[in-house]
Amino acid sequence: MDIGKNQHMISEIKVTSLTPGIPFYGDPITLRVNGTEHTVYIEPRVTLLDALRERLGLTGTKKGCNHGQCGACTVLVNGQRINSCLTLAVMHIKQEITTIEGLAKGNELHPLQAAFIKHDAFQCGYCTSGQICSAVGMLNEGHATTDAQVQELMSGNLCRCGAYPNIVAAIQEAREQTRPCV
Amino acid sequence: MSGVIGKPVNRVDGVLKVTGVAHYSSDIPLTNIAYGVAIQSTIAHGRITTIDTSAAEQLPGVLGVITYLNAPKLYQITFPQPGQPQSSAGNSLQLLQDEIIHHSGQHIGVVVAETLEQAEHAASLVQVTYEEQTPIADMLSVESQAFLPSKIDPLGKPLNYQRGDAEAGLKSAEVQIDQTYSTPTNNHNPLSPFATIAVWQDEKLTVYDATQWVHNVRMVLASTLGIPVAKVRVISHFVGGAFGCGLRAWSHITLAAIAARHVGRAVKLVLTRQQMYTSVGCRPQTYQKLRLGATRDGKLTAITHDNISPTSPFDEFIESTTANSKVLYACPNVTTTHRLIRVNATTPTYMRGPGESVGMFALESAMDELAYTLDLDPIELRLRNYAEIDPESELPWSSKSLRECYQIGAEHFGWAKRNKIPRSMLYGNTLVGWGMASAMYPVNRLPASAIARIMVDGSALVQSGVTDIGPGTYTVMTQVAAETLGLPISQVQFELGDTNMPDAPLQGGSMTMASVGSAVQAAANAVRGKILALAIADEQSPLYNVNKEDIVAEDGRLFLRQQPSLGETYSEILGRNQMTQIEAEASAMPGDEVKEFSMYSFGAKFAEVHVDMDLGMIRVARFLGVYGAGRIINAKTARSQMLGGIIGGIGQALQEETVMDKNSGRIVNANLGEYHIPVNADIGTIEHIFVEEQDSHVNPLGAKGIGEIGIVGTAAAIANAVYHATGKRIRDLPITLDKLM
Amino acid sequence: MNPFSYVLVTEMGMAASAIANPTAKFIAGGTNLLDLMKEGVETPQQLVDINHLPLERVEVQADGAVRIGALAKNSDVAYHPVIQERYPMLSQAILAGASAQLRNMATVGGNLMQRTRCYYFNDTVSPCNKRVPGSGCPAIPGYNRIHAILGTSEECIATHPSDMCIALVALDAVVHTQGPNGDRTIPIGDFHLLPGNTPHLETLLEHEEMIVAVDIPPLPFATQSHYLKVRDRTSYAFALVSVAAALEIKDSIITNARVALGGVATKPWRASAAESVLIGAAVTEETFRTAASASVRDARPQQYNQFKIELAQRTIVRALKQVAAMQGEVV
Repeated sequence: MDIGKNQHMISEIKVTSLTPGIPFYGDPITLRVNGTEHTVYIEPRVTLLDALRERLGLTGTKKGCNHGQCGACTVLVNGQRINSCLTLAVMHIKQEITTIEGLAKGNELHPLQAAFIKHDAFQCGYCTSGQICSAVGMLNEGHATTDAQVQELMSGNLCRCGAYPNIVAAIQEAREQTRPCV
Repeated sequence: MSGVIGKPVNRVDGVLKVTGVAHYSSDIPLTNIAYGVAIQSTIAHGRITTIDTSAAEQLPGVLGVITYLNAPKLYQITFPQPGQPQSSAGNSLQLLQDEIIHHSGQHIGVVVAETLEQAEHAASLVQVTYEEQTPIADMLSVESQAFLPSKIDPLGKPLNYQRGDAEAGLKSAEVQIDQTYSTPTNNHNPLSPFATIAVWQDEKLTVYDATQWVHNVRMVLASTLGIPVAKVRVISHFVGGAFGCGLRAWSHITLAAIAARHVGRAVKLVLTRQQMYTSVGCRPQTYQKLRLGATRDGKLTAITHDNISPTSPFDEFIESTTANSKVLYACPNVTTTHRLIRVNATTPTYMRGPGESVGMFALESAMDELAYTLDLDPIELRLRNYAEIDPESELPWSSKSLRECYQIGAEHFGWAKRNKIPRSMLYGNTLVGWGMASAMYPVNRLPASAIARIMVDGSALVQSGVTDIGPGTYTVMTQVAAETLGLPISQVQFELGDTNMPDAPLQGGSMTMASVGSAVQAAANAVRGKILALAIADEQSPLYNVNKEDIVAEDGRLFLRQQPSLGETYSEILGRNQMTQIEAEASAMPGDEVKEFSMYSFGAKFAEVHVDMDLGMIRVARFLGVYGAGRIINAKTARSQMLGGIIGGIGQALQEETVMDKNSGRIVNANLGEYHIPVNADIGTIEHIFVEEQDSHVNPLGAKGIGEIGIVGTAAAIANAVYHATGKRIRDLPITLDKLM
Repeated sequence: MNPFSYVLVTEMGMAASAIANPTAKFIAGGTNLLDLMKEGVETPQQLVDINHLPLERVEVQADGAVRIGALAKNSDVAYHPVIQERYPMLSQAILAGASAQLRNMATVGGNLMQRTRCYYFNDTVSPCNKRVPGSGCPAIPGYNRIHAILGTSEECIATHPSDMCIALVALDAVVHTQGPNGDRTIPIGDFHLLPGNTPHLETLLEHEEMIVAVDIPPLPFATQSHYLKVRDRTSYAFALVSVAAALEIKDSIITNARVALGGVATKPWRASAAESVLIGAAVTEETFRTAASASVRDARPQQYNQFKIELAQRTIVRALKQVAAMQGEVV
């Protein structure tokens, strides 16, 4: 995305440095996403989701409801899955953010990505980024083994096309090949 | 590559979707984009008295605010055209032309700003005052205002239907069922809120949109804005679900276009989830009175099915609930009627299994009630009324495997072990119930076109302006083209979703495979014929002067069936002729078969529900769908489509209800936290069986279409299972636990 | 969202000075606050990010109480071995709430401050006595299926949405706060307020005051406890009714009991009347039914939520049966 345009806009707003205890209005902040540092000019009110999508051009992360009610915006922060729509980008400086774009190693798909294709674990594909990031996070957490546990702990990711059983099958197949991931 | 049709091929766009690279309409990476946010009416009925945009306009970053006070003149369009669904936006467009408010959530303006945050904030600062009138929010509070719709149903059949004498049939009946079944407003809720990016360049408009019909969006935009169709291009490569709400060109699309022209920038306008409940239609509430008359041995003597549903103040939409009541059973006396009531709400629209899914909830619940009244097995009752020909048109079926669906389903489900007595299966605190229902959906088809190109490198590029809202259109069309051209799937690229491509009809009514698939097959055949003609006419070709009927194509090579060594590749033919590619465009459309046969997909649905006997919580533990749906093009994506239909049906049966506050006319649960759709944990075991069915009449591919048959009958099977489990007949969807208290 | 300034604080002192701004609010997990800010229900001018304060630990105190730092994530508390072992109802309640993602974000302090999901409260177009005192309550004449039957007033019938707080109320948790007027310890039962004619006042917490920890006193029989949640779908939905229950049983006589209700009341609801019936009574279905009936004696239903009276009783009975069964008492 064209960061320069936003920079132009922000220049009219009071800029101060981001140090503890000092109010912050609009400033360059550095987000570390998928191992790469990005400097963005944003106001505090920009959610992590909108920063990823509208500032960094990482549109793989989706906005389905903007209220933490669908899970499409799920990303990993320091290996933990969260809803990026209900958190501010400025709250995640110096943290390791992983999005769907950061899971494959070059052309080699993450085992969950490959399993989602094999099991046809999506139709329209809009919830898929969130489903896969959520599944990575769930496997990191280590609280789901059975299908029923996976179903419960994946219930924060809605799929309107109704691919749920295929999603469970994909996760169960990929479980063995999936290593903890930040 | 022969035999690729029918195979469980992985989605060809799968990698794009699992890596986040697929660009939906809100993802298009354009530079210099501005953000539009729609302003919506907060009242449901009345008129705007003042709009103060000054606070919004003074915010940093705000580029413009458009309301009816400064909006450009828009033009109404006249419809219909062939294949045009009723109520197409355009003839009823309500967008910034006056101060009248028809419903809460009506677009009354748009703010454009440099950033999304600025635009959202500015939109919240636009001050609107209204002169408010009492809205009509509850259809049944004004039931006396019900009127006969002026339009006909989408298939061109009369809405009110009569054969025989239903009243006489009821009088002569030994047994009667007379009940009212009701279903609530549902919202499609595709996971992707609809998004439009509009870009003007040199008086030409390009729109990236989430739609089920790019050519319709183009036509509506051109007509509404008063510009030539040729100046509008609509692109929709990926759509994050739609389920019917993308069939119309809703007014937010036009709003994005006028906003982009107003600020001279590309504008991205994404509806919020809340706005999705008022901006892109809904499945209307229905209130269905259904009467069945039957003899003691279970022969239907009469069916009457009378439907009331709401429509908007400015438009008519008819939910064709009664369609299957005319055709599913061999009953001599049938009457169906439709009436509408105007309420202060958005115009309803088609939603997955439109009409049929809610209509079949009523009909197939009533049949279950009749079976209990007669002490007959519900499958046996249906078999005693099996229609051997279409009782409405009196035409023979092109194919019908419903009997096999019942039989195979019953065997697979273990139906014979069912104790028919309600509440007879109790395990601990869990009441178990088994129910079944029939499913039926028409085989629709409209004219469609496609273009196929064979490249000198031996690959093929095929295009049609259809969309892929999720069923796997990219994949199945690739399969059809690959099989027709004799190429491996990896050598065929299918592109869609662009008005620069040949015309395709709406992606709805389960007709994409029949319509566009036939066109793709025709275009592939045409280009194959062209390249073969080149070879046959070429002295240097090993195929010179051979009879074209003796040629087959496989792995990118044309050769003599009887002598496979005699042949050459597409590459060789084009290379020798110094051509980089060869192309052919073709159209396909239905013919006389529609006058000779009645064409439907059929199915049988079986549900096992577990109901907590005290707490009323219902879980569909097991579900089986058996289908006679013609030829299945992709065994993997087809199962996913049926799965999606059934899960949609579970939501319809047990969870989904859009609630409007009866005083304010505002939707109270316009979010995914309080409008419940199924979550992963809701879903039990779901199985699908496709009955082998060869139907050479429906279309060249023999595919009947599977978009709707998954949901039709599902809610009825679940409701019937709930009755079997609990002894409580719930005739009002959704079956939430409070109704079982 | 309105524009606002953002302050990251790393020490309690910094937090205290930053929050002195009367339009400032603390943000931790943000899952409820940002949700409400997007709707314009909350409009702080400054957010004070307290996530970096050292308040995330779960520790056993010398007196046997378990202290949960205000910034402990819901998921960390739910899966903490001490919580799972000593207070299973609390672990279960947290895991019954929201989604895994939200539980990874939401904190214990934030959960205590969670605001109602009343449709009308969340829609700034609607009047709402809680949001705009004196503007009216459209829920009472409107659609109130999810609303409260206990602790309501003429001004407000909004349901308290938390699951975690229901278990905390049953466990007699104590809320520790720090503020300009010093430290306070507030029993959880007092922390949340009934709406009365001031529904906009929801807790005892004052503007500049921060929740720092929640203590759960030792309660040996809480190992025999259960949280049962009834909702419109299997997961990821707010409670229609929920019950946190614990029973101490000796020789088939109930010697101690805790019962709290969610989804039915304007604040996390301790069912003291039910406990009075239970304590000293024999473990029988009749006892449980009597206790359940006592707990809804004062219920005031609305047009669409009458079912909650019956459902609450059935859920209480079921939860008590389950806790009894854990101790070998099959009722």
